[in-house]
Amino acid sequence: MQPNLTHLRQLEAESIHIIREVAASFERPVMLYSIGKDSSVLLHLARKAFYPAPPPFPLMHVDTTWKFREMIEFRDRMAAEYGFDLIVHINQDGVERGIGPFTHGSSLHTDVMKTESLKQALNKYKFDAAFGGARRDEEKARAKERVFSFRTETHRWDPKNQRPELWDIYNARINKGESIRAFPISNWTELDIWQYIYLEQIPIVPLYYSAKRPVVERDGMLIMVDDDRMPLNPGEKPEMKSVRFRTLGCYPLTGAVESEAATLPDIIQEMLLTRSSERQGRMIDHDQAGSMEKKKQEGYF
Amino acid sequence: MAHQSDLIAEDILGYLKSQEEKSLLRFITCGSVDDGKSTLIGRLLWDSKLIFEDQLAALESDSRKVGTQGGEIDFALLLDGLQAEREQGITIDVAYRFFSTDKRKFIVADTPGHEQYTRNMATGASTADVAVILIDARKGILTQTRRHSFITSLLGIKHVVLAVNKMDLIDYDRTKFDEIVAAYQEFAAQLNYSSITAIPLSALRGDNMIEASANTPWYSGPTLLAHLETVQVEQDAINKPFRLPVQWVNRPNLDFRGFSGTISSGRVKPGDEIVVTASGQTSKVKDIVTFDGNLEEAIAGQAITLTLEDEIDISRGDVLAPVEAKPDFADQFEARIIWMHEDHLLPGRPYIIKMGAQVTNAQISDLKYKVNVNTLEHVAGKTLELNEVGIANISTDKALAFDPYDDNRHSGRFIIIDRFTNATVGAGMVNHSLRRATNIKWQEMDINKQARAYQKGQKSVILWFTGLSGAGKSTVANLVEKKLHALGKHTYTLDGDNVRHGLNKDLGFTDADRVENIRRVGETAKLFVDAGVITLVSFISPFRSERQLARSLVGKDEFIEVFIDTPLEVCEQRDVKGLYKKARAGEIANFTGISSPYERPENAEIVVNTSDQSAEEAAEAIVAKLEEFGVLGAWYPEI
Ligand SMILES: Nc1nc2c(ncn2[C@@H]2O[C@H](COP(=O)(O)OP(=O)(O)OP(=O)(O)O)[C@@H](O)[C@H]2O)c(=O)[nH]1
Ligand SMILES: [Mg+2]
Repeated sequence: MQPNLTHLRQLEAESIHIIREVAASFERPVMLYSIGKDSSVLLHLARKAFYPAPPPFPLMHVDTTWKFREMIEFRDRMAAEYGFDLIVHINQDGVERGIGPFTHGSSLHTDVMKTESLKQALNKYKFDAAFGGARRDEEKARAKERVFSFRTETHRWDPKNQRPELWDIYNARINKGESIRAFPISNWTELDIWQYIYLEQIPIVPLYYSAKRPVVERDGMLIMVDDDRMPLNPGEKPEMKSVRFRTLGCYPLTGAVESEAATLPDIIQEMLLTRSSERQGRMIDHDQAGSMEKKKQEGYF
Repeated sequence: MAHQSDLIAEDILGYLKSQEEKSLLRFITCGSVDDGKSTLIGRLLWDSKLIFEDQLAALESDSRKVGTQGGEIDFALLLDGLQAEREQGITIDVAYRFFSTDKRKFIVADTPGHEQYTRNMATGASTADVAVILIDARKGILTQTRRHSFITSLLGIKHVVLAVNKMDLIDYDRTKFDEIVAAYQEFAAQLNYSSITAIPLSALRGDNMIEASANTPWYSGPTLLAHLETVQVEQDAINKPFRLPVQWVNRPNLDFRGFSGTISSGRVKPGDEIVVTASGQTSKVKDIVTFDGNLEEAIAGQAITLTLEDEIDISRGDVLAPVEAKPDFADQFEARIIWMHEDHLLPGRPYIIKMGAQVTNAQISDLKYKVNVNTLEHVAGKTLELNEVGIANISTDKALAFDPYDDNRHSGRFIIIDRFTNATVGAGMVNHSLRRATNIKWQEMDINKQARAYQKGQKSVILWFTGLSGAGKSTVANLVEKKLHALGKHTYTLDGDNVRHGLNKDLGFTDADRVENIRRVGETAKLFVDAGVITLVSFISPFRSERQLARSLVGKDEFIEVFIDTPLEVCEQRDVKGLYKKARAGEIANFTGISSPYERPENAEIVVNTSDQSAEEAAEAIVAKLEEFGVLGAWYPEI
């Protein structure tokens, strides 16, 4: 028998190849760190790619100020533990205007505090390449995106005119002001991610594991009351329920699922037996058909 | 069937273990427009219960809104994720989907059938092991069927499934199926496939997709999924000689120097002797370093870091190989090229080639022939247009290390990038290296360029006059030459019109001919410079890249671009030769400024405008500049 690589080892090698290629081809790359499970895998792969050296680029978190508190704690703990260079960017302009999901709605909030904020940060630091943890199995528009995804000077994606991308040869040529978004884990599925986290014992935010948490039900979604900025409707009372999150974002926009899954195998088991996709828990995808493509064109990750 | 639900529910750890050992198959669907490619994959995902409930609800409402099935479920909408695709009911770009069965994991790329988007099909095909080529049973083999077959074969795909689809629309007629299969086999005999498996299908109705269909009792072969689960693809990269293209030099501190990359073929162990292909320096592998500890052996496909016993010079782009089995190393090779851009391939024009981590300037030195995708016949051609395939000789500025693509699918493959737009304009696969260059030794002469120019009391340069027709290039060049002559300088003028009567009389005015025109003039001017002469070239030379080509032929300070910047209106008013009038009347095709672009120089050494300056004044200004550049003084060789 010939020793062959298992599919996870193949995916791992492909991702490391992409990460090294970006580091070698650009002057100022940055890794966007969203603190979620995909980011955790991405960071782990980056550490592998350059071992024994640390990754030769900083990590950047675009903080909307509405993330779960446990996410921020986890972020700071990881930064301290691994000693990576962490940039936290907040759209101060949005903060001054008092933008938030409860007062301004999910779509304006996401626009200003996430999409705009990201562009602000990329311009401010003049990053010419940014790693993201998007996967093609997440959504139909993502299934179409290249690994090296070209962005214009105004950070726009043109889905109808993508560069051909053959084999593992990536075209890294850009003019001044233009940039590339690079997606090293494009070909991983949700199951691959969980399985890899399990095999490699990669730390993830505890919110992924089930625990008793205070939630209220709104529009069919279970929203966790993470801090006292959340206004309660008359008669609404947070209930302690055994819940966990399949995806993490701004707490007012992220639905929890009722679950008893408290270990990684439990989570994987639950995921495999469930009948709904992970993005269902995200509010922004529901707003309008094709909304992800539109958001991506405008510069969202 | 996709999720072994019982095992998952009862023994999740056992399930995970079984997942880990599955093999991975990458395949594509391709073929002509509307043959049912997206429907086929949608149906596979559907039947293998990989559609989640929320996605199903979305699919049902989408099918009612934009579906092609009169409100019934339109499986293609699971794949066609872009707004434009849903509106037009076609696939534009490749979509990647992932699914698994008990036996295998699959990554499938659904590619567009439209000819216009062939480059996206090639993108999907480049990483696939198997191609499912669809045929609409009513229509049989179409041009796109042939084109896609040819491209998959060029890209080295060896296993093909001939999916004869829409059998429901021809009453599952066996005779028609057999006819299509026979016709395809005859065509495909000229291609390099090692297996062709034909299956009668209805993607829409599900016949022979996962379960054998009662509608085709006469068919006894495997269903599509059963075949995909079992088809054996060659995994022979590991048995080829070791190759490590160095992507990254890892140098965290003075004590560690590692060379990182993904092994493209073969295997490596500590103690193995290796050679750096370009420099010929050798050393031994010390350690194979990874985050998970040092390895005793690494194989093709692994992304690793090597340290070596000796301090030798290695950088990104170098290829490490066994001493006894080095790859080819050449600056000229023959390759097959798939062209992917609306701007035609022009032989002679400088492009960038990226091959693994090696990047260099390159030219297509000779387009040997194009291939007619319908008949696979060879046809002569001067350019390649969008979606055309050709065989060409390529010469590169730097020698590259590679193996012929047919020997090793992970080597000898490259993309072609436009130097100005940065677009990926083509893809290529090396057939073999050309050893010509190494046989013709450059003759080193004792009396050289410097000596000749010194004797004439000047520095030999090219003065390249560019500008629109009627801008005044020849007039000004003529005056400049007179002035230089009067100063005792040795000069010669190559005039665009004159050269077209002799040296270039076989060339027309297509883009390809213009490039060849410039190349010949550039090479001729270069000989004059070598002879020590100040050479004036007066040529419209509308394309930036062609002027760049001429510039690249001589030394950095031997090329002086003189831009005669006369506005189009002025030139047209003058219309000395009456050409503008004819061009406006449509009597002359490809006329610069009217029906063909003039790309203004961005960094010309000298710019003159003859609309606010007389030709005499312009010539004086140019001679003054030459004085300033030191062209007119005796130039002492550095020796
Ligand atoms: N009756 C019948 N119709 C089919 C079958 N397969 C596909 N169709 C229909 O054929 C049309 C085209 O199907 P698509 O899957 O979009 O075709 P495609 O090959 O992906 O097209 P492009 O990607 O644009 O090249 C749709 O209306 C399908 O519903 C089949 O087996 N039987
Ligand atoms: Mg399609």
